Amino acid sequence: MRIPTDTGLAALVGGVLTLLVVASIAGRILRVRFATGAASATVDNINARIRAWWVMALLFAAATATGGWGSIVLFNITSFLALREFVTLAPTRPADHRALFSCFFIVTPLQYALIALGQYGLFSILVPTYVAIFIAIRTALSGDTERFLERTATNQWGLMICVYFVGYVPALMMLRIPGYEGQNAKLIFFLVLVVQLSDVLQYVWGKSIGRRPVAPAVSPNKTWEGFVGGVVSATLIGTAIWWATPFSPTVAAIMSLVITLMGFAGGLIMSAIKRGRGVKDYGTLIAGHGGVLDRIDSLCFAAPVFFHLTRYFYAA
Amino acid sequence: MIDTAFVGLSRMLSGASVTWHCDPRARAQRIYFANHSSHLDFVVIWSALPARVRPLARPVAGRDYWERGAVRRYVARDVFHAVLIDRCGPGSCPRRDARAAIEHMADALGDRHSLIVFPEGTRSPDGGLGAFKSGLYHLSRRRPDVEMIPVHVENLNRILPKGEALPVPMLSRVVFGPPLATAVDAGKQTFLQQARAALLALRAA
Repeated sequence: MRIPTDTGLAALVGGVLTLLVVASIAGRILRVRFATGAASATVDNINARIRAWWVMALLFAAATATGGWGSIVLFNITSFLALREFVTLAPTRPADHRALFSCFFIVTPLQYALIALGQYGLFSILVPTYVAIFIAIRTALSGDTERFLERTATNQWGLMICVYFVGYVPALMMLRIPGYEGQNAKLIFFLVLVVQLSDVLQYVWGKSIGRRPVAPAVSPNKTWEGFVGGVVSATLIGTAIWWATPFSPTVAAIMSLVITLMGFAGGLIMSAIKRGRGVKDYGTLIAGHGGVLDRIDSLCFAAPVFFHLTRYFYAA
Repeated sequence: MIDTAFVGLSRMLSGASVTWHCDPRARAQRIYFANHSSHLDFVVIWSALPARVRPLARPVAGRDYWERGAVRRYVARDVFHAVLIDRCGPGSCPRRDARAAIEHMADALGDRHSLIVFPEGTRSPDGGLGAFKSGLYHLSRRRPDVEMIPVHVENLNRILPKGEALPVPMLSRVVFGPPLATAVDAGKQTFLQQARAALLALRAA
């Protein structure tokens, strides 16, 4: 295995680790200041989130440092875990069992194999076309017509969000950008960093000055103040690290803005699904954050848009 | 080695979140009695136990199913050290066979093992809780010194339903309740009703 000695990537990883150290120290200070009282639960949750961020950041940095393979494996596992959470909440019936088995153990690895093999054509149509057809046929053959459309549509949506959209993150490895050869791992880093920072900053702004909710029926925690503050500050950070991307500072700013807006929309949509099913979190895998799907909801919707914009304007 | 693989596989397929209302690490001998809806039930319960006590916990399973084929026999005997008992068909059990099964389980407990049992005797297809067979009462009467722990498992009937050979991964829940307070002196009917109620109480928890 070749560990690329990319100083840009090293700088990005170093920046994230520094940020985590600062966050951990801030978390300690908060814990001392709010040891008791109403805010202590929030502080405990913040500290749990920071600890989970350490694990996620180290896993992600290690995966990116392998120069591609690692991120394909990491996001394959992420897709598997996200789909597991999605299907748990889906209104499945026993007749869906075999179609779902194929989704987990055939479609998901196949989609990531296509990424590894650089088969962009089949990668981009497998789930929306062939799998959509397969799920409908397989479910129809099982002979259970109760809520047929709802079941097939839900399972198809699960694959779209958890496998197809998430797959667009490592799919960035497939792009051939003139003058940026061998550096695509940084593109993945850019996307994930801006999306996740936007989530964190929306949370921070929202908790500190948030007043007016954006969509109280969907998610009471998303406020206009948090939204604007998070989007603006994450966009500024994305612009500041333009040197890690093939973009100019202006384009990096536009890309960051698009990523953060898509990320916000993703979070809202996944909250709406949860509300519709009457739950708060998709799971309990990541302490403080909920499930995997709760953590990657914004990434799901930002990744395909970022991929296609980059591909259209930059790839050879 | 192979048991670690089973624990990993069980976690991958069931994503079980585990809640304890009793001391998970206690060295006491226990009879874990659980609702039954899937072949995965005992694997997931066994995997949820702390590594220290896991090798001492033996699932009780039907000989007819687990001795069919070399793979199942190997898994049942060598991985889980299952206690395989002869099940009776539908209807009542000949007294002699039932007594032999209880003796077999009591022997398997020995002086350090625990058991994982399913007092309904068979898998419920919809995740509901059926009536308990009397085995649990007779076993408790035979070994009153052993703690009875109700264990509620949820959603495994969707992961590996009756009649399916391949699993669909989903999240599930395992709740270990406090030791059953009712003693066998209460009589068979009361004991079984209270045991079943203790298990049902974990459903809301």
